[in-house]
Amino acid sequence: MFASDVLIAQNIGFFIIAAVMVAGALRVVTTSNVVHAALWLVVVLAGAAAQYVLLAAEFVAVTQVLVYIGAVMVLFLFGTMLTRARIGAESDLNNKNWFAGLAVALTLLAAMLIALRDGFGDEKLPTDAPLVSTQMLSDQIFGPYLLPFWALSFVLLAAVIGAIVLARRD
Amino acid sequence: MNTVSLIIAEVPYWGQSLLRVLGGLVAVLLPAGTIVYLFLFKMMSFMQSRLGPMEAGPYGSMQLFAEVGKWLQKEDIYPARADKFIFKLAPLIVLASTFLLVAVVPFGPDAWFTNFEAGIFYALAVSSVSVLGILIAGWSSANKYSLLGGLRAAGQLIAYELPMVLAVIGVVIQAGTMNLQGIVLAQNSGSMFGFDGLGNPYVLTQFVGFVIFMISVQAELTQAPFDMPIAESELVSGYMTEYSGFRFLIFFIGEFATAGVFAMIASVLFLGGWAVPFSWFGWTTMDSIDNWMNFAGPLILFTKMMAVTFLVMWVRFSYPRLREDQLQRFAWKVLIPISLVNIMFTAILKVAF
Repeated sequence: MFASDVLIAQNIGFFIIAAVMVAGALRVVTTSNVVHAALWLVVVLAGAAAQYVLLAAEFVAVTQVLVYIGAVMVLFLFGTMLTRARIGAESDLNNKNWFAGLAVALTLLAAMLIALRDGFGDEKLPTDAPLVSTQMLSDQIFGPYLLPFWALSFVLLAAVIGAIVLARRD
Repeated sequence: MNTVSLIIAEVPYWGQSLLRVLGGLVAVLLPAGTIVYLFLFKMMSFMQSRLGPMEAGPYGSMQLFAEVGKWLQKEDIYPARADKFIFKLAPLIVLASTFLLVAVVPFGPDAWFTNFEAGIFYALAVSSVSVLGILIAGWSSANKYSLLGGLRAAGQLIAYELPMVLAVIGVVIQAGTMNLQGIVLAQNSGSMFGFDGLGNPYVLTQFVGFVIFMISVQAELTQAPFDMPIAESELVSGYMTEYSGFRFLIFFIGEFATAGVFAMIASVLFLGGWAVPFSWFGWTTMDSIDNWMNFAGPLILFTKMMAVTFLVMWVRFSYPRLREDQLQRFAWKVLIPISLVNIMFTAILKVAF
């Protein structure tokens, strides 16, 4: 990393947001309250949305907010509050095998770093790259990537039906 | 490029940002105040055969300032067992979602805060963030009624967000864009069967979508008949029970400011937004619009917003509260299927013509 790369507004923004995300991610696993952990996770997910905005991928950023913050995290909080969320610290949140999770997380991080390094190397985003409009994105999804899109939708549908079958008692 | 954008272009970036923040404050607080005085104080009173506030100022017009003064003086109380930080954070999340929402509303050809490509999609996404604030407000109060209210609110807002998104898709298909300026342009430069004196407001062609959108807005704003989250006869005051003083004031402003902003978005989507039909003045594109529209536009949008809010408040004061199970059934078994059929028909007609 050279000094000339650091002093670009986008890079400064990236590092600030990344620092907030890392701090938030650490708090998710170290905090002693389920709801606090969920709210720190919201910070991490919002940070990811902000990074997408920095990459000029506004549709993906908005989808991130709509799906992860507006729906997934709300459902998650809804579920924990309905069943077990207490106010104040809880002592039984940590599993005894937490260090195994740490090893898995570090392995995953290493694998992703190697994959990124392998795939892109020193390649940089062109500074004058054209903005990807929502129309171009949808042309891609419903054109060349139609079959994977259908397959994903099918898997999701199967998961939804499976969840309903499991939840219904009659 | 006309005069206003030239003047704006000379202001430095920080100045523009400051102006936008001030404009955002006005665009959020002015409609909220007007709605509370005109509709909540006066219209509700008249519909119930009483006069409403009459003492503070002529016809009680200063009542709002008196109320705000009263709230600001009150002690900032929180329950002893509450999660204090989250308790304080929750109203701010609700209000922040309102401010994020107003950022994409266009007020004129050049009078906008941001001209976001995926504007309406962004609006629907950030409006769902307020659920988070309501949910943690209910939880952190350490009160059964609050928690129940928060959970009810979350269930309701998730259920009604879906028909709202699906109702908007009809408009997006017809306009061919998610940009709110593009939707305004498509409506006002359009024509119906060759007659362009009215443009083509989507309230006519997307009437089903408009009705579904307004019902969902009613539910998203938790106004009666969808006010189970704060049902005063069952839950004291739902997730707001433990809030007092200026934190309650923030919730209160957030509720009516969001009503105003949603009404603005409804006017942009279905009533033609800030513009008048372009054929009246011989405009054809966004660039050919005269400069005075930057000043008339906000007033036109404000008028349409008041009309839409009038509808919301009329329904609010007229119907009794639904039951919780009726509410969920109505969303999932009535509104969502109808809006899916609406999308299908819109798409077929769009391809056919």
